[in-house]
Amino acid sequence: MSSTFDKVADIIAETADIDRASITPESHAIEDLGIDSLAFLDIAFAIDKEFGIKLPLEKWTQEVNEGKAPAENYFVMKNLCARIDELVAAKKA
Amino acid sequence: MKLEYFQMIDRVVSFDRDAAHLVATSTIPAVSPIFEGHFPGHPLMPGVLLIETMAQTSGYLLLGLNNFTAMPFLTKVTSANLRKFIAPETPIDMQASLVHDGSGYAVTKAKISTGGKAVCDAEIMFKILPFPEELGAQMRANARSLGMDVKEP
Repeated sequence: MSSTFDKVADIIAETADIDRASITPESHAIEDLGIDSLAFLDIAFAIDKEFGIKLPLEKWTQEVNEGKAPAENYFVMKNLCARIDELVAAKKA
Repeated sequence: MKLEYFQMIDRVVSFDRDAAHLVATSTIPAVSPIFEGHFPGHPLMPGVLLIETMAQTSGYLLLGLNNFTAMPFLTKVTSANLRKFIAPETPIDMQASLVHDGSGYAVTKAKISTGGKAVCDAEIMFKILPFPEELGAQMRANARSLGMDVKEP
């Protein structure tokens, strides 16, 4: 998790031009860090490449829009990193 | 190619689904009102329209890959290089390749050449969204007119 967090935080800092020190495990990517939809696509592209996965953004967005999951599940840094770890583990399995 | 109607592709030469690669061709028109301003007495294909041509080539690649079930919308042009001036009546060859198939987005690399010489290239990102009403049928018809083998969903 900590390694994943460092990698994702570095990606966000570089891609969205955000102060790396301001990114914590509790940061909400949209509400706290102010990442817009275009920047989030750039970040997703960088995460997909870094971890060799495909972030299921369409599924997550649909779940949030339909009220089946809170946005925090996917867009708070520690939760986003946990989802990435799950996807990486599933890929290795 | 009809610049005023944003019809940048004359013909799709090949679409290779397995290789995620599309080749197309066009000829810059001899006459267009665009050349009256770009530039007076020295007509050149605007660079922004070369980028649009690469985007459309990539767009048909992505449409082919998703069986014309969703529409790619241009989101970002990264590292575009315009390497050569292009005059009216110049034949050009376009190629697009898939770089990454993301969830709800895709990234391509596209390039244009003429006579085997590089004209321009770019990495392009698209957001993939459900077809707005009636656009799907129109895009399938457009693709057929360009030579793509398109089946109704």
